[in-house]
Amino acid sequence: MSARRWLATMLVVPTALAAAMVATAWAREAWLASRPLAPSTLSSQPAQPAQPAQPVDATVLARGAYLARIGNCAGCHTARGGPAMAGGVPLATPFGTLYSSNLTPDPDTGLGRWSADDFWRALHLGRSRDGRLLYPAFPYTSFTGMTRADSDALYVWLRQLPARRGEVPAHSLGLLTGWQTSLAVWRLWNFVPMDGASSAADRGRYLVEVVGHCAECHAPRNRVGALRDAPGLGGGWVGIGEWWAPSLADPAEGGVQSWSDAEVREWLTSGWSSRGVALGPMADVVADSLRHLAPSDARAMAQHLRSLPVVAGKRGPVKPAPSPQIELGRRVYATHCIDCHGDRGQGRSVDGQPVYPALAGNRAVTQASARNLLQVLANGAYAAATPGHPRPYGMPPMRQVLSAAEMAAVASMVRQSWGNEASAVTEQDVLRLR
Amino acid sequence: MRRTMRRMMRRMMRGPFASAIRRAIVLGMAAALGAASAHAADVDRPLRPLVNDIAERVQACTLCHGAQGRATPEGYFPRLAGKPAGYLVHQLQNFRDGRRPHALMSGLLRNMSDDYLVEIAGYFAALDLPYPATADAGLSSQDRRMAEQLVRQGDAARRLPACVACHGAAMTGRQPAVPGLLGLPRDYLVGQLGAWRSGQRRAHAPDCMADIAKALTPAEVGAVARWLAAQPPGAPVEPASTEPLPITCGGVSP
Repeated sequence: MSARRWLATMLVVPTALAAAMVATAWAREAWLASRPLAPSTLSSQPAQPAQPAQPVDATVLARGAYLARIGNCAGCHTARGGPAMAGGVPLATPFGTLYSSNLTPDPDTGLGRWSADDFWRALHLGRSRDGRLLYPAFPYTSFTGMTRADSDALYVWLRQLPARRGEVPAHSLGLLTGWQTSLAVWRLWNFVPMDGASSAADRGRYLVEVVGHCAECHAPRNRVGALRDAPGLGGGWVGIGEWWAPSLADPAEGGVQSWSDAEVREWLTSGWSSRGVALGPMADVVADSLRHLAPSDARAMAQHLRSLPVVAGKRGPVKPAPSPQIELGRRVYATHCIDCHGDRGQGRSVDGQPVYPALAGNRAVTQASARNLLQVLANGAYAAATPGHPRPYGMPPMRQVLSAAEMAAVASMVRQSWGNEASAVTEQDVLRLR
Repeated sequence: MRRTMRRMMRRMMRGPFASAIRRAIVLGMAAALGAASAHAADVDRPLRPLVNDIAERVQACTLCHGAQGRATPEGYFPRLAGKPAGYLVHQLQNFRDGRRPHALMSGLLRNMSDDYLVEIAGYFAALDLPYPATADAGLSSQDRRMAEQLVRQGDAARRLPACVACHGAAMTGRQPAVPGLLGLPRDYLVGQLGAWRSGQRRAHAPDCMADIAKALTPAEVGAVARWLAAQPPGAPVEPASTEPLPITCGGVSP
């Protein structure tokens, strides 16, 4: 082939393919938008602005409030100490920072003009009222499986919140990622609306995969940010990599297949059990959301998590840390850690109750990534104060007294002592913490 | 040099003690690797006794705040002991809820209930610990005059009440919720007043200290901070009073 023809082919063929993909993506969006919606389950539509208020069914309202708690809407949509569901909370992602929307019934800046159908379209299809495609930072990739009845209950609950007027900041995304067409193509490859009725048949699975949207943290993502094997819950980074949400399929990381039903339920609702403590972002989830689980729902979630197929992670041979680092780690441990965590990493009890966790055989210590251990070591942590565990003991922020090298040393040492076999930690790992 | 070394090594590994040397090397490596997994900490003293009480639960706080407050390269961690319990509760809530931005504090407090914060505040408020000696804060006579005027009389023209009207005649605070201002470093006081001026530090609305801090001039902020840092602390917190405060203050109402 002549050089000119070759050049023409190299330019024309990819462009034609891209154009075909874009056309297909938008055609699909048009088709999705044209499909009939599941019918509303509400007997009367809540009032539009400037109309007299309609009476609200108390059962539906209570169900909506409960779902909002279990789904942890406030986790993204309520700023700390701020007005309920008024949005504006930043979510950092590898593609930029997005800001949650105002879900209060303000007519201009919130959902005041939205109907129950509009809300269902957002949850089920990821489309805004004005037809804009929504970013999957709003996890409609999980919420798509919600039933129409649950969507309507949430809608009713949101409508009766106090309206708060306030524009939230615009998302700060790049040129390509901020383009609706990119989103349409992404959805072509990575989003399929799910049927609510079938996913709700198994309550535990519905709570984990849909309402609880656990996969949004606990499942891995591909290079364009789409979840890979969401139901498998194989582990993923939270946000831009500050915490690691462990695999719930791997018993060596976060899997609870060998726990008893009571232990899992206790952990979910109180954030604490003799098997482990919820710290970091999971403590937030327990405190804001899971502690409100009804007993039957806690049982269903526990049963689903315990029945996840075991998928052991691939672990290569562990390289021992250099002995000077281990020596430094031992000295640091003997000065700062031993009084709480014991001379053999066995933890300590008070009045027969375990208080300071063992480090020996502790999965949080030996995760493949040392990130969570370093977060807790450097910044300290308290378990959530919940009705089941109201006065937690705390881990001090050791960055105030230890250098980065000392923190790396003690982290390496606890990860490679007392039968623990995990990778060593470098000073760079510590410096990478925010 | 290298040839000599090589010849020496060859003689060692082939000589009469070669097997012993090889064994020593292998054992040495094993010991180095084994040390990592052996008994990690050789400590002869008994471990600190643990008690099921609030003092043990706040060990994570005292590491930074110490008995008398602590200055570090990361900033100053103010004294908690003896501060009015209501003030401490409000500050814990302010850190938890983002009115006082501080990543480390809000991370630790994020999931604490109000009841637990009240218990923690009550523990520190009840501590009776000595104060450190005050350091010379470089107070000029002009600073002294300016500061004493504001502290004792305020400024009617700017509607600034006297500091003592809320913080107590000896500036050691008033129960239940107004803190004492003695025994704190000058830089910390300047920093906090500055944070109110810039909106970085906030309190429950209406935020009276923000209004006051914004009405002061920078020279006055410096003078007042230097004067406060030079006063000897240790007088007790004044008891609660039924008299209304000269200004409404969200952080002082229960």
